[in-house]
Amino acid sequence: MNTESQARQAISDLLAEYSLLLDEDRLEAWLELFVDECEYRIVSRENVEQGLPNIHIWCKGKDMLADRITSFRHVNEYNLHWARRVIGPPRVSAQGDGSWQVETSYSLFQTNLEGVSRLFSVGRYAMRIVPVDGRARLKQVHVIADTASIPTLLAAPI
Amino acid sequence: MTLRVDWPRNDYSRVPYWLYHDEAVYAQEMERIFRGPVWNYLALEAEVPRPGDFRTTWVGDTPVVVSRAADGSLHAFVNRCAHRGAQVVRTTHGNAAEHVCIYHRWCYDSSGALIGVPFRRGLKGQGGMPADFDPAQHRLTKLRVENFHGVLFGTFAERLESLPDYLGAFGRGMIERFMHKPLKILGYHRQMVGGNWKFYNENLRDTYHASLLHEFFVRYGVDRATQKGGVKMDERHRHNMNHAYVASDTQDDARAAYAGQSGVEVDRLQLRHTAFLKHEDRFADGMNLAAPTIFPNFLMVQINDTLCTRQLRPKGKDSFEIFQTAFGYADDSPELTEHRLLQLNLVGPAGYVSMEDGEAIEIAHRMTQVASDEFSVIEMGGRGPIADTTHRLTEGPIRGFWSYWSELMGVEPAGAVR
Repeated sequence: MNTESQARQAISDLLAEYSLLLDEDRLEAWLELFVDECEYRIVSRENVEQGLPNIHIWCKGKDMLADRITSFRHVNEYNLHWARRVIGPPRVSAQGDGSWQVETSYSLFQTNLEGVSRLFSVGRYAMRIVPVDGRARLKQVHVIADTASIPTLLAAPI
Repeated sequence: MTLRVDWPRNDYSRVPYWLYHDEAVYAQEMERIFRGPVWNYLALEAEVPRPGDFRTTWVGDTPVVVSRAADGSLHAFVNRCAHRGAQVVRTTHGNAAEHVCIYHRWCYDSSGALIGVPFRRGLKGQGGMPADFDPAQHRLTKLRVENFHGVLFGTFAERLESLPDYLGAFGRGMIERFMHKPLKILGYHRQMVGGNWKFYNENLRDTYHASLLHEFFVRYGVDRATQKGGVKMDERHRHNMNHAYVASDTQDDARAAYAGQSGVEVDRLQLRHTAFLKHEDRFADGMNLAAPTIFPNFLMVQINDTLCTRQLRPKGKDSFEIFQTAFGYADDSPELTEHRLLQLNLVGPAGYVSMEDGEAIEIAHRMTQVASDEFSVIEMGGRGPIADTTHRLTEGPIRGFWSYWSELMGVEPAGAVR
């Protein structure tokens, strides 16, 4: 990842992995895209625009994020569905410390087990991405959901 | 047409499914309940602190604006232009001395009074409103507003009991408890549930489901049947309060009680990070769970150190929004604010202990839609008279909800339990 084009390729690969691992319900593999000292947070744009700090999900550190997945797997009940997200082209800005700030839009659809689809959430990702052993890894993922009024419930990561 | 309900029993232990799915029932509920003799939650005073501040809210499915006038007084009015019915305020909140409808620029002050009609006198002797047009007769429809310790309630009814009487002893006491010092608003959660609004009122009065549907509650002792606690109602059984005392049982008590209950396992979930769950008894009354629920659209919820109000906003007969306002106190330290925010992982549409209600209500709504001649069975905790309990294996408060609903709707059975 010495050149900018290598970095962009690594980031693009990471976003593709991020998206497909979640859509394939491989949450444990998705977790491994994060460094240990990470932060994952879902907020709604309605709150951000008003300067209000309320969260939907806030995991400080990989353990808290792992717990969300454990709870999803074993305890929480939710509407059974397949997820499918479409992530737009990223805006990448190199930071002085060797990390990248990456912003991109997403649309997330849910399809129930009888094949009926709905739009579940739209919004944007603001990510801090760092190089680890030649690959891009997630240091921080902030999901800012335009869809403040969450249909049914939010159980799995966006 | 007069609504007629053939109740199988007079104690509401059977509720016909068609009551959740009928357009005429829904229309009458909006008229006789939400626009009838009840006090509806509107907003928190802390959301409109300065003169001119306003917020949009809902009373049933009627859009309402809550606003503070220049003199500091609080007002609420229907957000529908007195001219041709257009939406006047189109943002969710803001600060303005006047509200102008964009369609024909009719202008209202922050109490909803009509203060401007463009070309009212016409132009060059032509057009204009009739000479006897009286702006005072064309204000935005007003609600009566009462402020109880910083919680704003409104009503369309000319005559009904005072707000303190309506809230009853525990309603007053619990609001005072939550509102004992100035608030800091942390923000909002919205959850759109595909179900009839009455399912949510039942859910809030159903202490039986809490530790069965929400397994997280059981594992971490936040709310489970083995804790000391109970349900309280007002005299009319329309409001209720679910409550539980922190650390009033042990993991072993819970293991014994839930052994053999299919689907729930006390020790299944093993979190790596549990520090965010910690709770201090800041109210000094031992309760880590308190959820006073006020008919027809309001509750306050404390779960450990999270504090919220929740407003029920019906969106037609087949869906409703849960609008939740999370708060702390103005004197919270930055560390305590961060703790409350981390603990908000528990509640809301993504909450570890609350998300499941959305799915439970949707599966009930979907399946009862096509079973109009069948009934629910509401017998946990017993039949007959509706009473407070010092345990929570009860559905009594659900029957209480239906008794007051029936009274307002004019459909009580002969010899109805109240």
